[in-house]
Amino acid sequence: MIEIKDVSKSYDKTVVVDGVSLKIPAGGITSIIGPNGAGKSTLLALISRLLPMNSGQVLVDGLNVTTTPGDALARKLSILRQDNHIGSRLTVHDLVTFGRYPYSKGRPTIEDLKHVRMALQYLNLESMSGRFLDELSGGQRQRAFVAMVLCQDTDYVLLDEPLNNLDMKHAAAMMKLLRRTADELGKTVVLVLHDVNFASCYSDYIVAMKDGKIAYRGNPSEIIRPDIMRGIYDMDIAVQDVDGKRIAIYYA
Amino acid sequence: MSLETVAPKIAAPTRPLTFSRPAKRLFLLGLLVAGAIIIFMTIDSRGNWDFVIPFRGTKILALALVSYAIAVSTVLFQTVAGNRILSPSIMGFDALYVLIQTTLVFVLGAQATVTLNLQARFVLEVTCMVLFAGILYRWLFGGTRRSLHLLILVGIIFGVLFRSFANMMMRLIDPNEFVILQDMLFASFNSFDRNLLWVSAALIFGGSIVLWRIGHTFDILALGRETAVNLGINFQRTVTIILVVIAIFVSVSTALVGPVTFFGLLVANLAYQLAGTYKHRWILPFAAGLALLFLVSGQMVVERLFSFNTSLSIVVEFLGGIVFIILLIRGAGR
Ligand SMILES: Nc1ncnc2c1ncn2[C@@H]1O[C@H](COP(=O)(O)OP(=O)(O)O)[C@@H](O)[C@H]1O
Ligand SMILES: [Mg+2]
Repeated sequence: MIEIKDVSKSYDKTVVVDGVSLKIPAGGITSIIGPNGAGKSTLLALISRLLPMNSGQVLVDGLNVTTTPGDALARKLSILRQDNHIGSRLTVHDLVTFGRYPYSKGRPTIEDLKHVRMALQYLNLESMSGRFLDELSGGQRQRAFVAMVLCQDTDYVLLDEPLNNLDMKHAAAMMKLLRRTADELGKTVVLVLHDVNFASCYSDYIVAMKDGKIAYRGNPSEIIRPDIMRGIYDMDIAVQDVDGKRIAIYYA
Repeated sequence: MSLETVAPKIAAPTRPLTFSRPAKRLFLLGLLVAGAIIIFMTIDSRGNWDFVIPFRGTKILALALVSYAIAVSTVLFQTVAGNRILSPSIMGFDALYVLIQTTLVFVLGAQATVTLNLQARFVLEVTCMVLFAGILYRWLFGGTRRSLHLLILVGIIFGVLFRSFANMMMRLIDPNEFVILQDMLFASFNSFDRNLLWVSAALIFGGSIVLWRIGHTFDILALGRETAVNLGINFQRTVTIILVVIAIFVSVSTALVGPVTFFGLLVANLAYQLAGTYKHRWILPFAAGLALLFLVSGQMVVERLFSFNTSLSIVVEFLGGIVFIILLIRGAGR
């Protein structure tokens, strides 16, 4: 379980995450939704110790992320940020192999390479494992980064807008894949999602953020409702049931 | 999903060349360096071995120390800074060292500085350098990544600031004392300070052991702060250690041959171009080998062709400066 206790983060005097308290249950998929600038990315960065918090604390299975040694945490929790840029000229295989660093410390064993192959296969990247990252499309690169994070093989996987740059087919495939990692491998997946319908169809639990605070939380049928959508996004959004899934219609 | 069912179906994904190519190229470079050293040692010796061997041997040792220090400090600095346009000297490291040298003469007085044993003074200077550079550059590079434009600007300002302070103090120093300072500051490839060689070698050796122990983090640091933290690296601590070692290496090379601004940039970028890999395991020795090759053959050209009329630093700075301009134009730092 990830316990977020009264966590705040501000830049200068602007409060970006404002006294957030939240328990993210172990197992399953938890999606974080909310308008641009709500503080979703910042919250994810605080949970994963990429940013220092101003107050409060985050415990991952009881480990305080601020005080636990980085390499121990790297075997417990992994994060993929929203924008990833890498200066070196790496192949997909090189990148994914870096995901094993917490275990291999730069000397991958046969076992590590098996994990790499499995992650590549999982994301359908075997055929391009020797390609350089800068020769890939945005979506292919995004999948390579996700493969690296999955290769890290942590109980908790945090992904900030993993559907960025993916077309419909790959976005749906990615969500199914994450569903499988949660169901078959027992991992806890925490996602920031832009598209509320992906959140609705694939998550067990949805957290809605607004202005640095948690506005709503609950399972998809509790959150994907016109009144709550209005509360989050300040617009009228119709919601329809399609095959038992709640689908928000926000184009008109 | 079971691993065994998946693994055999997939061909080994690495391209077979990826591993052998850098090794081959490094070997080739090693041969070139060895050849250059042999020619340097034997050319025009006229059978005068008793004199030639120790005399030229010391020169080679000094050139090797300087090459290694400049190449390693530049490559690692670029890794920490996250781009290939910056180098310690562009960020004002060696200007800071000159300032420290001048300040010590100014504060202690030349008399005291001279009575202080040469090696002790050097160690004192290196200590100050590590302290100041550690604080200053950790503040710049220890946190989230800053924009390249800001960094270049800060580097230029630091450089100008340190040099002006040093110049100002030189004016204030008693002319007799200035003569002594001049001796220290006018180190060059032709007139390096032989008395400092062994202390320098010891410092470089010590720094290298530290680097060896954290060597596995270098490739990860190149991925950027956030990825490195995600993979479990104590970023702030690792970067601080690397910056401290860089400060030591820059002190050594500046004390031996004076400030060299663009040479590090030249060899680091050439190493990335020629070695055909991003892995520090190959890039670091490759850059050091290239630096040594340039310095040894350059020194020969200067000694034989120009009979010492041109300084080697002018030649390497000219080449390095051109590379810097090309990099800026191509925006390779991104
Ligand atoms: N480094 C920073 N400095 C100042 N403000 C920032 C910084 N990073 C993010 N912010 C601000 O924090 C707010 C929340 O950002 P973010 O967490 O990225 O939002 P979201 O991911 O929900 O779109 C935004 O208003 C953004 O402008
Ligand atoms: Mg965001």
